[in-house]
Amino acid sequence: MANLVEIRDLKVEAKTDSGRRIEIIKGIDLDIAPGEIVALIGESGSGKTTIALTIMGYARPGCRISGGSVTVAGKDMVALSERQRANVRGLEVSYVPQSAAAAFNPSKRIIDQVIEVTRIHQLMPPAEAREKAVSLFRALSLPDPDGIGNRYPHQVSGGQLQRLAAAMALISDPKLVIFDEPTTALDVTTQIEVLRAFKAVMKKSGIAGVYVSHDLAVVAQIADRIVVLRGGEVQEVAGTNEILADAKHPYTRELLSAFEPKPRGESIVAALERKPLLQVNGLIAGYGPVQPDGLPLVKAVQEASLSLERGRNLGIIGESGCGKSTLARSIAGILPASAGQLTLDGRELAPSARQRSREQLRELQIVFQHADTSLNPAKSIEEILGRPLKFYHGMKGKARDTRIDELMDMVRLPKALRSRTPAELSGGQKQRVNFARALAAEPKLIVCDEITSALDTVVAAAVIDLLKEMQRELSLSYIFISHDLSVVEAICDEIVVMYNGRKVEEITPAISKVPQHPYSKLLFSSVPKLDPSWLDRLERDPELVKTYVQG
Amino acid sequence: MRNYVLGLITNRLGSAALTLLIVSFAVFFATAMLPGDTATILLGQAATPEAVAGLRAAMHLDEPAFFRFARWLFGLLQGDLGTSYVNNVPVAELIGARFVNTMRLAGIVTLFAVPLSLTLGITAAMFRGSVYDRIVTVLTIGVISVPEFMIATSAVLLFSVYLKWLPALSFASDVTSFWQVLKIYAMPVITLTFVVSAQMIRMTRAAVIDTINTPYVEAAILKGASRRRAVLVHALPNAVGPIANAIALSLSYLVGGVIIVETIFNYPGIAKLMVDGVSTRDLPLIQSCAIIFCIGYLALITFADIVAILANPRVR
Repeated sequence: MANLVEIRDLKVEAKTDSGRRIEIIKGIDLDIAPGEIVALIGESGSGKTTIALTIMGYARPGCRISGGSVTVAGKDMVALSERQRANVRGLEVSYVPQSAAAAFNPSKRIIDQVIEVTRIHQLMPPAEAREKAVSLFRALSLPDPDGIGNRYPHQVSGGQLQRLAAAMALISDPKLVIFDEPTTALDVTTQIEVLRAFKAVMKKSGIAGVYVSHDLAVVAQIADRIVVLRGGEVQEVAGTNEILADAKHPYTRELLSAFEPKPRGESIVAALERKPLLQVNGLIAGYGPVQPDGLPLVKAVQEASLSLERGRNLGIIGESGCGKSTLARSIAGILPASAGQLTLDGRELAPSARQRSREQLRELQIVFQHADTSLNPAKSIEEILGRPLKFYHGMKGKARDTRIDELMDMVRLPKALRSRTPAELSGGQKQRVNFARALAAEPKLIVCDEITSALDTVVAAAVIDLLKEMQRELSLSYIFISHDLSVVEAICDEIVVMYNGRKVEEITPAISKVPQHPYSKLLFSSVPKLDPSWLDRLERDPELVKTYVQG
Repeated sequence: MRNYVLGLITNRLGSAALTLLIVSFAVFFATAMLPGDTATILLGQAATPEAVAGLRAAMHLDEPAFFRFARWLFGLLQGDLGTSYVNNVPVAELIGARFVNTMRLAGIVTLFAVPLSLTLGITAAMFRGSVYDRIVTVLTIGVISVPEFMIATSAVLLFSVYLKWLPALSFASDVTSFWQVLKIYAMPVITLTFVVSAQMIRMTRAAVIDTINTPYVEAAILKGASRRRAVLVHALPNAVGPIANAIALSLSYLVGGVIIVETIFNYPGIAKLMVDGVSTRDLPLIQSCAIIFCIGYLALITFADIVAILANPRVR
C-alpha cells in the first residue's frame, strides 16, 4: 500500500532577527501509512511542530521550506501554489493546535468555527454540517452536545475546548490529523478523558495521525510508531513497543530514563537533630475585596496547615486552580495571608514580606516558575547575583566577585556567562541563575514554585539533581510545588495533596506510597505510564471523575 | 450579562460627564486668568472709573469667580451660552452657523477619510511586507511628516494659481449648484483627509497585524481559509476596539484643530471664530467654543469605547 505522506530530505530555514538564515530542519525523511499514527517526540526547539506543519505546506512567519519534498496523497505540498495548498488544508490534512484556548477566535461562536471548514471547502450545507458537528461532539463525549456549540470559547473549559478543536479538525473527514501537543496544557485528570476521546474517534474512522509531543508516556498510549527528534534531525524511528523496550539511540534512552522512579534517599539530617523549621497553621489567603469577616472574597487557600522539619522537603501537589501557588506566595509574604500563623525556626513571621526583618527575608527565599519573567532582562548575570549578596550580606568588590564565581560554580554555570544577560541563556541555564540568586541569600528554606514545569524532561531532571546536591551540601529545606507527581516524588519526604484550596491529604512516601483520599487516588492514578496498554486498562470510578474533574 | 454591559456603558457615560465638568471648570478659570480687565478693554481709553465699575457690576464681574462659574455652568445646562462681550449678540447665535459649517466639513472629510483609511490600513496589513505595503507605509509616514499648512498652501498653489481649477477661498455663501459645492469643498477636504487619514491608516494596520499574529488566525489559515478570509472574518472583528479608538482620536481633530486649514481657505468655521474671540477677549465666546470642542472630543472617544465594549463577546 502506498504511503499517505512521504517526506523526503525536508529542509526548513528560519530567519533570525539579525537577518541571518539558519537551517532548523536538516534533511528529514518520514513516511506515514494510511491509518497510522506517528508520534514526533523531542524537546523544545527540536523542530517537531515545524515538521508537522510542513505536511500542510505551512511554515510559520519567518520560516521557509528551503528544500526537499512533502508528498501528501500524491501532491507535493512544497511545489503547490498557496491557493492549491489552501485546498488541501482542512480538507485532507487538518490540525489540532497546542492551545485550543488560543486557537479559537474569541469573538465567534464555537459552532461557526467548527463548521467553517465545510463552508470554506463547500462540503455540505450549513444545517447538515451542524448535525455532523453535534454527532462529533457526542463521539468526543462532550457534555450537552446540542447546546455547547452556541457558546463562545471563553464559556467552556480547557479540556472541552481541546475536544472541540478535535471536532473542528475531524468534521471534513480528513485523511490525516496533526495533533500538536494537544494535552500539554491540560491537567492530568482531564488529559485522560481527552486522550481516550481522541483515540476512540481515530480508531473508529481509520484516520492517520501525526502526534507531536514531548511526553513519551502520553505518546506511548496513542502512537503506532515514534520518531525521536533533536536539533532538526531524526535520531531514531521505531515502533512504539520497540522504542520503549529497546531504545538504540542514547538520546532516546536519556528521555526514557527520566521516567524511571528515583526514590528519594533517606534524608541526611539525623532524626535527633530534627526540629520544625516552618509551621503553617490555619492559613487563609485569597483575592478580591475584604469581606466583613476580614477575609477576602475569593479564598484561594482555605485553612491550610503544614509543618516542615529542618533538612526535609515538602511537596505540594495539585491541579491548576487548587491554590498551591497562592499558598507559596503567602508563605513568602508576597500575598499576605488573611488569617493563620506562620512560624519560621521558632519565630513568628509577619503575614506581609514588608513587615518581616531582613534576616527573616534572607532565611526564606522563593524561586518562580518562569525564569524569563523573574530575571531582569536588562541586567547581566553578574548583577543579578550580586544584588542579593550586597543586600543581605553587604558584600562588595572582590569578596562579592569571588562569591559570584562560587555561586555559578555551584549551579554548574560556566564563568563565561557572567556578563551575559538572561536573554542570551537557554531555559535550563536561566532556571539555574534563578536558583543561584536564591542561594546567594544563604537561606534555610527555598520555596520552589513549579520550577521545572517550563523545562524539557532531560533538563528538568538535571535541575532536580542539582537541587538534591545543594541540599546535601548546604542542609537546605525545600517546599516544592508542582503539578507533576513524578518530580515531587523524586525529591520530597512529605507530599501534601491540595484540591480546591484545601489540603486533602498528607503522604509520606517513605512510609506508605498509597494515597487514601479519593481525590489523591484519582490524581495519582491519572499520571500516564510508559506502558502502551495503560490507558486502555485504566479504570476510573465514574462517580469520582464526576466529582473532581472539571473536564 | 446584559445588565453588566449596561453597567459598563453607564459607567463610561458617567465618567465622560465627570470629565466634562472638570474641563468646564478648567476652561472657565483658565480664561478668567487671561490678563487684562474686560470692562476696561470694552470701554476703551476714555473710560471713567465710574463707568468701568458700573459695567463690571452689570456684567457680574465684581462677583467672586466661583459664583460666576456657577452662574455660567447653570446657563450652559439650560442651553444659554451667554452673550458676547464684543457685539452683545447671544453667543449661540454667533456660533450657530459656524458650527454647522464646521460639522459639514468634518462630516464630508469623515465620509472620505474613514473608508479610505480602513481599506488602505487593512489591505496593507493583509499583504504585510509586500511592495504595496511598503508604498502605503512610505506615503503615510510622508504625509504625517508634512505639516498641514504646507499641504494646504501647496494645494492652493497647484489647483488655484497654476491650474485655476478651484477657487482659493471657501466662502460658503454664494453657492448655487452642486458643482460649486464640490469645487468649494475640494481643497479643504483633500487637505484634511490627508492629515487625519495617515494616523488612521497606521493604527489600523498595526491593530490588524496584531490580531493576524494570533494562533486563531493561524488556525484559520490551517483550515484552508484564504488570506482574505482569515483577515476579514477572523482578525478584523477582534481589532474593532483599537481601530474604533484610532478613528475617534483622528476625527476629534476635525472638531477643533482645523484652525490652520480654516484660515488658509478662509473657511467660516468654529475654530476661526474662537481665535477671533481670543483676540477680542470675548470670554463667553471662547468658553463656549472650548466646551463645544471638549464635548465633540468626549462624544467621539466615548462612542469608540462603547463600540469596543460591544465588540467584545467576553462582556457582551
